[in-house]
Amino acid sequence: MRIGKALQLAVTLLAAAFLLVPTIQSVLAGVTVNYFQGIRSGLTLDWIAVVWGLYASSIFLSLGIALACLCVTLVIGVPAAYALARNPGRLSRAVEEFISLPLAIPGLALALALLQLYGSYKGFRMSWTFILVGHVLYTLPFMVRSVQSVLAAIDLKTLEEGAATLGAGPARRFVDVVVPNALPGILAGALTVVTLSIGEFNLTWMLHTPFLKTLPVGLADSYASMRLEIASAYTLIFFVMIVPLLLAMQWASARAQQITK
Amino acid sequence: MSSRQFVALCLVPLAIFALTFLALPLVRLVLASGEGEAGWGIYWQILHTPRYLTTLVQTVLVSVSVTTAALAVSTTAGLFLTRNRFRGRAVLLSILTLPLAFPGVVVGFMIILLGGRQGLFNTIFPGHVVFAYSIFGLFLGYLYFSIPRVLLTVMAAAEKIDPALEEAARTLGAPPHRVLRDVLIPALAPALVAAGAIAFATAMGAFGTAFTLATNIDVLPMVIYTEFTLSANIAMAAALSVLLGIVTWGMLFLARSFSGSTIAAGG
Repeated sequence: MRIGKALQLAVTLLAAAFLLVPTIQSVLAGVTVNYFQGIRSGLTLDWIAVVWGLYASSIFLSLGIALACLCVTLVIGVPAAYALARNPGRLSRAVEEFISLPLAIPGLALALALLQLYGSYKGFRMSWTFILVGHVLYTLPFMVRSVQSVLAAIDLKTLEEGAATLGAGPARRFVDVVVPNALPGILAGALTVVTLSIGEFNLTWMLHTPFLKTLPVGLADSYASMRLEIASAYTLIFFVMIVPLLLAMQWASARAQQITK
Repeated sequence: MSSRQFVALCLVPLAIFALTFLALPLVRLVLASGEGEAGWGIYWQILHTPRYLTTLVQTVLVSVSVTTAALAVSTTAGLFLTRNRFRGRAVLLSILTLPLAFPGVVVGFMIILLGGRQGLFNTIFPGHVVFAYSIFGLFLGYLYFSIPRVLLTVMAAAEKIDPALEEAARTLGAPPHRVLRDVLIPALAPALVAAGAIAFATAMGAFGTAFTLATNIDVLPMVIYTEFTLSANIAMAAALSVLLGIVTWGMLFLARSFSGSTIAAGG
């Protein structure tokens, strides 16, 4: 048993090292004067500045798209989740299954489908809203599921009946009863949407234009054509943005899940 | 407005969006696959053109090996982390789930940092160990993003196993490998199937990681990409996409029927 446990620990540590070591390397390489010579060549923030000069517009574009994506998924997703939670049944499950297709079908295939149908509408194709559509497709199921699971766990019917006897119409009940009760789910969904949108590459690579490069598209560009220090510094900036979001997302999801238990 | 009408109204934005940007494009994609010279025979052509067939086989082989490796590593780590409480456990768990938010391209770069020309291994043993752009590098990249996904599914299931079952087996004199084989694996089986299906589907469809690493390796997403951009063979790109979509959707459907929810995101 002792040997077994030691072996399990070894596998766990090895896996953690496999995941962690390259991230540390990339952080170090991003602030090292010359990575080939190692840390001895000195530490610098110059590479970060170079990345900022080259890719600041990509970073802002990604933040903008993520926020727009959040707004759209809120407007479409929260009412839809409410409607689905109000009518649990086979039809609702089919709708949920259908809008979840973008999680099951690779982004590349979805992007090809969008390009086939809308690629010839140049005004739409060349604008940032084309990328936004891809991001909404991919993140919407997360918002719907997150809100829906919280709403399914509370006694929506009794709450709404209470409000209705006090004279609140359906719209009023949605705003004053449903939304406040769904907030933990909305928060978890919102953080998931923003985190995934900022990191989305598979759809975006096909949908972007040379004038509209998002953060991950810029990353791919830097991996292919820039020196290792610049690629690393850019990755470092990405980590600084995405890791707090990921931690917040995990916290909010755990909190929302406690309600559904 | 009645309550019923209001609830129906709530679904309108979703219906418009899903119809315009999901249903119609997917129909268009399927139709486009039949618009080439070969017509619907294009699917027959995939199976009779050595290049596409080799690609299919190679993609399936890589995905199967990644799935097996990820299941082995993540089940071991997941069982260890659920059954032991120690200092640093939370940190270890964070490290093991961190890559969930990494896009595939970043995962590819992580492998370049390990096995590229300026990578860790080539720095320690100069001149010999560049594996980032080989099929082994691709395997490691896929493993990188599969470990966290499998780990979370396995841990969620492992936490539900009654420790009394294991204790009972041990009191009855079962050695550790029998406890594993007769108690733990059967209890975890649905989660393992689900996690395996998720890992397989994600590996099959992974574009970002392949885009960074597989410049010389034919895996399905890369072949779809080159058919579309370089050869402008739209029908073939569409047909291969339809095929890929059906396989990944089928696998995830299988996963969902074995376990409640699935965590999938593109690699």
